[in-house]
Amino acid sequence: MQLSLRLKCLSVQPSRGLMDEKFIVLVQNALPGSQLTIRALHQCEDGHSWEAFGHYTADTTGTINVSEDPSIGGTYSGVEQMGLLWSFRPIPGSKSGLRMRKKNIQTPMEVTISVYQGHQTEGFADLVPLSGVAVERWYMAPGVRRIPVTEGGLTAALFLPSGPGPFPGLLDLWGGGGQLVEYRAALLASHGFASMAIDYLTAKITMETGKMVDNQYFETAYRVLQQHPQVCGSKIAMIGLSFGTSITLKMAVYSEVIKLSAAVCISGSHVQPVDGSVEEILRFFQKNGEKTRFSEKNEVIWRDLLLPIPTDPSLKVNVGRLQCPLLLVVGEDDQNWPSQESALDIKEMMARAGNSHLLTVLSYPNAGHLIEPPYTPHARSSTLKTVEIEEKVMCLWGGQTVEHSRAQEDAWKKMVVFLKENLYGGRNPTSFSHL
Amino acid sequence: MWSVTRPLLQECTLACYRLLSAMTQAVPPILSITPSRALVDEKFQVLVENLPPGCPVTLHSLHHSEDKDDWEAYGHYVSDHRGVVSVTEDLSFGGTYTGKEPMGLLWSMRPVPGSREGLRLRKINVCTPMLVNISVHSGHEDFRDRTPLASALAERWYMAPGVKRIDINKQGVQGTLFIPPGPGPFPTLLDMWGGGVGLLEYRSALLASRGYVSFSLDYLRSEHLSADVEFKYFETAFNIIRNHPQVIPDRVGILGISLGSTVAFNLTAYSTIIKVNVPRCIVCISSNHYHPPGTTLKAGFKILSKHFHKAHFDENNYMSWRSFGLDLIADPSNNVEVGRINCPMLLVNGCDDQNWPTVETAEEVARLLREGGKEHLLSRLAYPGAGHLIEPPFSPHFRATKFIILNSKKKVILLWGGHTKAHSDAQEDSWRKILSFLQLHLYHSPSVKAKL
Repeated sequence: MQLSLRLKCLSVQPSRGLMDEKFIVLVQNALPGSQLTIRALHQCEDGHSWEAFGHYTADTTGTINVSEDPSIGGTYSGVEQMGLLWSFRPIPGSKSGLRMRKKNIQTPMEVTISVYQGHQTEGFADLVPLSGVAVERWYMAPGVRRIPVTEGGLTAALFLPSGPGPFPGLLDLWGGGGQLVEYRAALLASHGFASMAIDYLTAKITMETGKMVDNQYFETAYRVLQQHPQVCGSKIAMIGLSFGTSITLKMAVYSEVIKLSAAVCISGSHVQPVDGSVEEILRFFQKNGEKTRFSEKNEVIWRDLLLPIPTDPSLKVNVGRLQCPLLLVVGEDDQNWPSQESALDIKEMMARAGNSHLLTVLSYPNAGHLIEPPYTPHARSSTLKTVEIEEKVMCLWGGQTVEHSRAQEDAWKKMVVFLKENLYGGRNPTSFSHL
Repeated sequence: MWSVTRPLLQECTLACYRLLSAMTQAVPPILSITPSRALVDEKFQVLVENLPPGCPVTLHSLHHSEDKDDWEAYGHYVSDHRGVVSVTEDLSFGGTYTGKEPMGLLWSMRPVPGSREGLRLRKINVCTPMLVNISVHSGHEDFRDRTPLASALAERWYMAPGVKRIDINKQGVQGTLFIPPGPGPFPTLLDMWGGGVGLLEYRSALLASRGYVSFSLDYLRSEHLSADVEFKYFETAFNIIRNHPQVIPDRVGILGISLGSTVAFNLTAYSTIIKVNVPRCIVCISSNHYHPPGTTLKAGFKILSKHFHKAHFDENNYMSWRSFGLDLIADPSNNVEVGRINCPMLLVNGCDDQNWPTVETAEEVARLLREGGKEHLLSRLAYPGAGHLIEPPFSPHFRATKFIILNSKKKVILLWGGHTKAHSDAQEDSWRKILSFLQLHLYHSPSVKAKL
């Protein structure tokens, strides 16, 4: 070695974390005042590569601490402890309309974090980093078990926390894209909830018979969960996003079988033909199809399909009859559903009925439709294939990345506290105040 | 630390148990471990929430080892007014550890009642984590009679993500190489264990997780014909590592424990092919410089075994080599001439070492270096109450374990020494200081050949 060697030490703590855990990225032993780029790289399951990077200047001790020091450029700026994850974007040259979603949640998301000399913005593949580490991000905590559920014709997956139980239960529903989406249920099980992710639009029974599931399908899911020996049958909640909200509100208010201890509705609406089946609700949306708008980039905007919020009570779930706490999560820049308008209407209806003490609304300016678990990248738009239309469309979800990412982090934290308080006790209101 | 009187405790336990029974028809307490996946030298926080306030509970850890033994630790706690028990913040009133001990559930582990005698816990497969189940039970003394209220699983890893494990079998040298993630090249360590245990990889895996290429050398398996041949084996091993593309050749150190430290002293003192600044530094844990000239390590062992009749046996019939060891090292012609060593050295010893006079050895090393005007090269750590087996932090302490005497079928129980709490504190403190010493000499110091 002829030159004076400065070995930069890069560390990420923890190197194996849950998807919603923060980490500390540290560079040590750099030349004080030197310019460095910290970059994260991830290759997702469908083969696309995503990157995020920040530009830093080492301090007088030769240290960069991402949780304390500002990034002055890159895919994020300012002091952003988790910027290397939430600001992920497809690498240059990738096709448009991508969305990062993990299908196999039994393996971790693998991210390589490296440090480069200077403030780099492109051509990372041709540069040799000074140092690099591998980081694992898990949806499942150790000991969480995944159990496929096919009982009663269900297409579902149950995630049980480790331990003897019994655990409060959770029914987890996603939106119009269908499929069995498991990651949120897996993560919630890692927080102590027996969570069942349910496919209700592309369920095996629908794919085989061509018929949409009826309301009994959800009641079956509830029963299966309730009767599980490790589930506390009297403490079951439901969480729905987008179209999943429509189902959640309907079941919470009208089902004779489903008795929820709490409901979480993200980016959705109460507008639907009351007592309609899944199929009838979808047809109701389709009827208003001509209200579809397009952005200047030709992205589909579907928020107007349910606007204006009807005054006809037969077209809205009667939330005045709700008997369990409800948490509504709203992105004010939601371009896919009129979640903000719906939330306002829900609030009014509940105030008139006298049960508004059950309602909590979390409303985030500049957040879009896809309010997901934290530190996953924001997709302002992406290609979507719904059960109603054959071809893929480019759907505008909305949201500005920074605010949307903050909304994801804040909403998730509050949602977990809400679920813990309503499902685990609430006898000690200060119990979870440290969260 | 305030004590909890027995009758009061029993009353509390009964009341809480009734309350908890009623609750568990509803929902149980929540036990969380943060982080749930960590390296073995990282701390975790164990928290129980949603208990009734003032409730006596026991936190219990359980590990099923690769040797199919069960190891456990437990602490007795009382929940606060919020119904919370925090192992990080609260006091344990009894169990396998007492007081404020965030990691007590790991370092105070011992074989469960009814286990075989003289067990030792070591991970052989370092590619998988050590799984520890932590549960919370109601009550204190009788906690075992009840099923747990809640439990969670912790993964403790020796290998960080991205660390590569490579089997080495080159030029007769055998061992396992661990390479950190990243472009490299890296500062490097030649890692040597003690006698009688075979190849142990876990410390090397952990060192690689901390940024060093680490080579765990298998040096006792083969039968070396002569001391020269054996010495060449070590020099060859050192060179193979030094010439590896992922290794920075002038940033190679040696780390050895017990017999491994003998090898470290020997190689560093006598090698002619190893030049200036190489090794860059050495770390000797439970230092041993007994190495009669012209003998192989195994032959040296044979000589040692001739002194076993002089061994001291304690009240449990555990065998200590310390006293005859002292006699042996009293003759300087039996020992490595450590005064010849020219590189920075860190000696780590337990003052209650019953296996070998390692503290006296360290004193002797200090004296010899002082005579040569090289005392500035030496750093020493000596821990009162610690024994011979100073391992990475939070691993359980073994005061005595089964040992098979090399070349014979004889099994004894060797006394290593140490008292659990003091020994565990020593493991935690020494590891941090070893890493800091290695960082200073292998990462931060400028290269000698730097351009001015």
